[in-house]
Parts: sequence; C-alpha cells; structure tokens
Amino acid sequence: MTTLVTIGLEVHVQLASKTKIFCGCAVRFASAPNSQVCPVCLGLPGTLPVLNREVFRLGLKAVLALGGTPSKTIRFDRKNYFYPDLPKGYQISQFADPLGSGGLIEIGSGESLKRVRINRLHLEEDAGKLIHDQSEVSSFVDLNRAGTPLAEIVSEPDLESSEEAYEYLSSLKAILKSIGVSECDMEKGQLRCDANVSVRKLREEPLGKKVEVKNLNSFKAVKAAIEHEIVRQSEALEKGEKIPQETRLWDEARQKTFSMRSKEEAHDYRYFPEPDLVPFSVTPKEIEEARASLPELPKAKKERFMREFQLSDYDASLLSAQNEVAELFETAVKKSLMDAKVAANWITGPVFAYLSERNVSLSQTALTTALLADTAGLVQKGSVSFQAAKEKIFPEVIEKGLDPKMVMKEKNLEQVSDDSALDRWISEVILDNPKVVAEFKGGKETSAMFLVGQVMKKSQGKAHPAKVQSMIRQKLKE
Amino acid sequence: MSLAQKTAFQLLELYRNKKASEEEALTDVVSAVHTKDRDTRSIHAYIDLEHSTPLQKQVSGPLAGIPIALKDNICVEGREATCASEILKGFVSPYSATVVEKLLNAGAVIFGRTNMDEFAFGSSCETSCYGPTRNPRDPERVPGGSSGGSAACVADDTAIASLGSDTGGSIRQPAAFCGVVGMKPTYGRVSRYGLIAFASSLDQIGPITKDVRDNALLLSVIAGHDSKDSTSANVSVPDYLKALEDTKLSGMKIGYPLEIQKDLTPDAAKLMTEAVKILEKKGAVIDRSITLPHTKYAVNVYYIVAPSEASSNLARFDGVRFGHRAAATANLLSMYENTRGHGFGAEAKRRIILGTYSLSSGYYDAYYVKAMKVRTLIKNDFDEAFKKVDAILMPTAPSAAFKLGEKTKDPLEMYLSDIYTISANLAGIPAISIPGALSEGGLPLGLQFLAKPFAEETLYKIAHSYEEALK
Repeated sequence: MTTLVTIGLEVHVQLASKTKIFCGCAVRFASAPNSQVCPVCLGLPGTLPVLNREVFRLGLKAVLALGGTPSKTIRFDRKNYFYPDLPKGYQISQFADPLGSGGLIEIGSGESLKRVRINRLHLEEDAGKLIHDQSEVSSFVDLNRAGTPLAEIVSEPDLESSEEAYEYLSSLKAILKSIGVSECDMEKGQLRCDANVSVRKLREEPLGKKVEVKNLNSFKAVKAAIEHEIVRQSEALEKGEKIPQETRLWDEARQKTFSMRSKEEAHDYRYFPEPDLVPFSVTPKEIEEARASLPELPKAKKERFMREFQLSDYDASLLSAQNEVAELFETAVKKSLMDAKVAANWITGPVFAYLSERNVSLSQTALTTALLADTAGLVQKGSVSFQAAKEKIFPEVIEKGLDPKMVMKEKNLEQVSDDSALDRWISEVILDNPKVVAEFKGGKETSAMFLVGQVMKKSQGKAHPAKVQSMIRQKLKE
Repeated sequence: MSLAQKTAFQLLELYRNKKASEEEALTDVVSAVHTKDRDTRSIHAYIDLEHSTPLQKQVSGPLAGIPIALKDNICVEGREATCASEILKGFVSPYSATVVEKLLNAGAVIFGRTNMDEFAFGSSCETSCYGPTRNPRDPERVPGGSSGGSAACVADDTAIASLGSDTGGSIRQPAAFCGVVGMKPTYGRVSRYGLIAFASSLDQIGPITKDVRDNALLLSVIAGHDSKDSTSANVSVPDYLKALEDTKLSGMKIGYPLEIQKDLTPDAAKLMTEAVKILEKKGAVIDRSITLPHTKYAVNVYYIVAPSEASSNLARFDGVRFGHRAAATANLLSMYENTRGHGFGAEAKRRIILGTYSLSSGYYDAYYVKAMKVRTLIKNDFDEAFKKVDAILMPTAPSAAFKLGEKTKDPLEMYLSDIYTISANLAGIPAISIPGALSEGGLPLGLQFLAKPFAEETLYKIAHSYEEALK
C-alpha cells in the first residue's frame, strides 16, 4: 500500500550560556549530583526567577538565523505538572507568545530543494534528572540540569520521510552551531528531539492521527524511529485499524516504539502567564545587534563556496556545515596554498575520516592550514603517492602536528620517479606475469592497471603511479 | 511601664538619651511575650517561641536595636518558615528574604515568627495549623487575617512592630481589627524575594506598627528595587518621614467613592461620617462624586486570579525536597496524594482546587482570562479616579472583628470581609489602614486610604494628619 507520511519535529537545544536561565548557577555537564544548584533552581519556597539576558540574546540570534520574526514582547508562561525532577511543580516556558515565529530551513538541493517551515522557537528551562540505579527501593533526584536554558524549535509538518527529517536536523544543527547559539552535542543531551509522525492513505482527505515519539537521543534514533513508525502505522492502516492519537516512547535497544500515554491521559498543563517575570519589549536596537552579530550562515556559505570555488553541491555543503572546517578550507584556498578541488578532496576525505573515526572536532586536532597544504603539496609535487600520504603521513600530521616532509623522510616514503629504478621493477613484473601481459597485448586495457598495481606493491608504494603506467604501456608496445 | 509598649521612635529616643538600652528593650519584649503569649489559650500571636532567639547583625542604623516580628511566610536563613502549614513543618530556609537583609542591615533585631492563616488563605487567622490567634481587644474575637499574628502582637504590646504580607487585605484588615496601622505598599515597592508566595501578582510585604511614624520608618527601610525580584520596581524611595512634617491637609483632594457610600453597615457609616468631618477640618476637600464602577466585581475577580496563581505556587510542596512527606507510600502518585492530602488544610485545598479548575483547558478563557480583563477595568477605574483626587477614602472592612468560629462554616461570607481591601491588590496601588472611630461595641474600626502607584508618601501624610487629629 502506498502511504503519505507527514512528519513534524520538536527539537530542544541547550543554549550556550555559562549560567542557568533564571539564576546564576553554572551550567556544567557531569558534575557531582546537586552541586550546581541554589535556592532558586531548587525551587525553594520564596525564591523568584530572574531572566538571564544572555539566554534571550542567544535565542534572538537563533530566531534571526532561522529567518523567523522575533516577538515584540517577551513573556513567559507556566506549564504546570508534577514530577520529581521539576522542582517548582511547573516549568517556566513560553506558550502564548514565543520568542520567534516562522522561519525556514532548506534541505536537499537543485530539483529536490525543499523548504521546511518553522512554526516557532521558544525559550524554556530544563528539568533535573532522576537517578534510579542507586537503590532498589528509592530513586534520587539530581537538579544540576534544572534551569538549564533551552530553545524549543518546532517545525511545521512539512517533512515526508526519515531522510528528510535527518537532513532537517543536520541543517538545524549546522546553523545553530555556526552562530554559536548551541553546541548541539547530543551525547551531552544538548539536542533532543521528539517526532510527530502520521501516516495516511494517498489521496485520502484528512491528515492521519498524530503520534508523538519521544526519547530520541541521536539523529540515527530519529531516523530509525520514524521508519519504524511508518511501517507500524502503515501496517495498522492496511489491516483497517484506526491509529489512535498518542505519545510513544522509542526503545533504543529494541528499535521499537511503545505506547506511553493516550490522548485521554494527556496532561492538562494549565498554562498561564508567569506572574514572577515582567514582560519586556524587544527593542529594534537589540534585534539589530543580534543580526549584526550573526556570522555567514551555512547555506549562504555553501552557495558562496559553489560560486567562488566551483565546488559541487555535495562538497560545498560538507565544507560549509561547520565553521572551523569552512575556515580551514577557505584559508587554504584564499592564501593560494591549495587548489580548491584538492583542498576539498583532502578535507572531505582524509580529514573527515580521521574526525569521525576518533569522534573529535577539528579544533581538537593539531591540524593547521599550513600542515594540510604541505601534506597535499608533497603529493602534488610527486614526492609521495596520495595513498602513502593519506595512510602513513597524514595521521601523524593531524594527530601530532608533525611536519609532513619530515614524516615522509623518516618513514622513507619518498616516491621514486627515477627511471632506472622504475624500469627494473617494471621488467621484473612483466617477466613474472606473462599471462596478464598477453591479455593486455590481446586488447584487454584493464590488465595494464593490474601490472601498475604489482609495481606499486614491489616498490612498497613508493613508485610514482602515473609514471609507472606510462612506462608500462611504452614497454609493452615495444 | 514595659518598654514593649513603646513605639520604635520612642525606643530610639530612649536609646539616644541613654534612658534605656537595647538589651532592656529586648528583655521587656521577650518577657511580655512569655507572660502574655504563653500558649494557644492566650492571644497566641507567636508560634514556635522556643526557637525565637533574637537575631541582630548590625548595631547601628535607622532601626538599631528595634525588635521586629515577622510573619511565618518570610524566610530567615537558618530558621524555620512554615506558612502555618503542616506541609512546611521542618523547612529551614537556607537563605534570607530581601526584607530580612534590609532590616538586619538597618540594625533591627529579628524576633519571633507570627501566626497566620495557612499560606495566607483566610481573613481570621483561624486556618493556621498551630491553632487560631485571638484579638487582644477582645479574645473572643478574631484578630483578622491572614497577618493576624503580626497585627495582634503589635496591638498586644508583645512586639514593637512587625511585617506582614497583603494579597487581598491581609495586612490592612487585621490592622483594622486590632486597632493598629498597616500598610500595603504599591506592587513592586518592596521585594518579594523570600516571601513564600500565595498569589505572585498580588502579594506585597508591608509594615504593621503602633503608629504612622513607625510605619513610615519601617517602609523606608524595606522598600526599594531588588535585582532578585523582577517585579520589584526601579523607582527611588522618597523620605517618607518628611511627608509627616506638615499635618495640614489643605489643598488635598480625597475621594469618597459613590459605590462605597451605598450599603455601609451602621458601624462603617459611623466610621466614615467621623472621618469625613476630621479630614475636612484638616483642610482636605472630600469629593463624593468619584466612582469605581468595576470594584463591585473585585471579590469575584480576586477569587479567580488569586487561587489560580496559588494552585501553581503551591505545586512545589510535593514532599520531594523539603517539609512534610507522607511515610512509606506505594508509588510516586500516592506519595504526592498522601503528602498533599495530609499536609494542606481544608482552605488550602479549597483554593488549590478552585485555582486548578480556573486554569483548566476549556475553562481558562471563561474564568482566568475574563477575570484578568476585569482586573484591568478595575485598575482603569482607579487611574481615572486619581486624575481627580490625591487619595481615596473607604472603610478597611465592613465591620469590626467578628467572633472566632463565626464565619468558618461559610467561606463566601469570610471572603466578603475583604470586600474593601481586595481592589488595591488587583490595581497594584498602595493602601493604608489606620484606627478610626470605635464600633458600637467599642471595637476598633479601620479607616483605609488608597493612592496612586508609589504615592505612599501621600498616604502617610493623610494618615499621620488624621492620627494627630484623634489625639
């Protein structure tokens, strides 16, 4: 059965403020339980919240970067519910009047370019954490996280597949990171996502019932949970079942969603304006300052990279997603240290491979523009093969900041372009492989490449491959 | 004569002339408390006397050596604060309220926690988990509420002065019932940081004193902007004592609203007639034409807005981090239910349920939103009136203090005893209650003056002039 999928995402990101949203406590991950707390974030009787203006400024930057409209007046509301990790029995959030309304995130490109509309961005405080594994009979509450500043970004239901959801999240993360509004480190819980998924039969009029999936702690989980839901809901529809509106929980271990509560069990949050915080106006000056402080956004950067450096759409989006990567690329090219295409290949190839393998960011490595250019330069000049540079020299460079030429010399990797040495290896290979030689002579072009490979092997990767190839062809034609 | 009977100004004068020492004054206050306020059969203005060690941090300042009693909803570092509720018993505050810091910096001696209606929910001081406070003018009668203890101790000379809090009349009505002076400052005039919230948009801390001068002195100490309270106003604090220098009211226009003139009880009518006479004699012009058409809805609006905020403010009393927690419960839900079910008294439960209902989806627009709209209309009425007059005059309460138990069975009747005080909270304006004429039965009646925001000076001037005229 063909089905039409409708997805909307609610993303919570931790704003990069040093202190909490309504008190002066530090926002610090992995501290001893209840060490980053004060009477205010503990919700002790008589305490009052005071808005951290830095949180407001970060939120405003995010709104502008996403192309939204900032609210004229900043107001907060109380969202009332009971849970032990919520000290006041209500969460201070924005309900009636979010900080930002509207905005867009573009995903895909060219023909498949899609504009995903953003519904709203609002500010709120995070709750604490429950700890269940310390005792058989009791649970504990750690309130270090309580009062951590969050922005919730809600998309319109414009997404139609798990891939689109993944792309949306990647773009959102790239934007927020590039403007310094959030680190978006999912491992530290700095980006959390809930997905609203509904499925309906094609051309059937009304939208399907909304199923909200919670507990999605990685982009992979978002993708997997959406795919699971599409299958689950499609199968139910196929069987003629009705999909109830409900909230479901993603079970990472079992790769399945489970019903958490039905619509009937949904909370009535009894929102009302927070009387402890006085509404205030956003001045045009504040908006201008926030706008002026925005760096070039990933999308604009990507388009400029394509235009200025003739990069492919794919390379440009990879290189523009992170500020530090974009800077590495751009400096290398602008200082004429590297050719744009070469720099792009090096960064999207060996550099990214290293970063993902070690799970580190560029700034955590020893790599500089000069070191990258020098490494690539050795290949360009023919001093070393790309293979050897990538596998044997570059890891030392990026990890320890060693000079690539020195590494090449120490490891004795310098490429041999000297005709006599090459000639000797080629002759040996031709003698050793009469069958392949015969095939080549019979017209099988690819056999030449096999022979080149054998020479490279014999030279322990030091032979200059282009030169070897031309010499082999020459020799066999003789 | 016991030094406990003195006003703060009298004590300061005695200290200055070395006719009495701070230690003597404190000893007299402590001994007055221990002789007159021993147990729940006495006036019972104070709770937890055994832990009421005096606290002083500065020896100099405008209140140096003046003992001040605090309502049980104001936090003092290292001391219990319970709002006269079982649910908060055992809660020792790790911090002090801003008003406490200010009092201590002014040299005051913090002494004693005064009884109150549970969470300030009440007008008679009868909903306290410690048992009721009695009215020193007639122990068969209530002292008013919710700051009943704070008013009773000042009236009974077991305190020099005290602080109370006023959400719908909780300073003024007990001050009226006990025959003392009570000020509800402009919303935002005094920091609420450290005041355990009842209704955040209405609560204000204010002084209860033996005379107007003491009141002005205390307010000048506790008023002012506080960065810990976003709702506190960044408006400079004038010298309130200066307003007392001239006792003539010539050129002053005082409004006596049409709506108040109707439906007065005989006692209230007598109070007003006498007040008008005295004020006119002092040179004030009484404007009987001003009108506050929407104040007739004040009680209705208040009993939507205040319980709504209270239902949310009281959510933090959940047994998780402090105060009472029900023993051995099966699961989280039953822990909440048993803790709150046992910890809160009947009136607290009534207001939590009322507020929860008003905020519920489907009812929110009909109740809360509508009430907030009418609240704006009430505020507009006052704005209009203050274009014509400097202050407004009305009784503090419809009658003198009623008897213990008289209104506990009918919450609505109890709520109506705040009919004249609630509007000032809804409008956010300052209002003072001072002793006026006596009732038919010889009990104190409170006279109330209201002024525009931050015009406490005007109120002190009128109140002081009136007080002088009665001497």
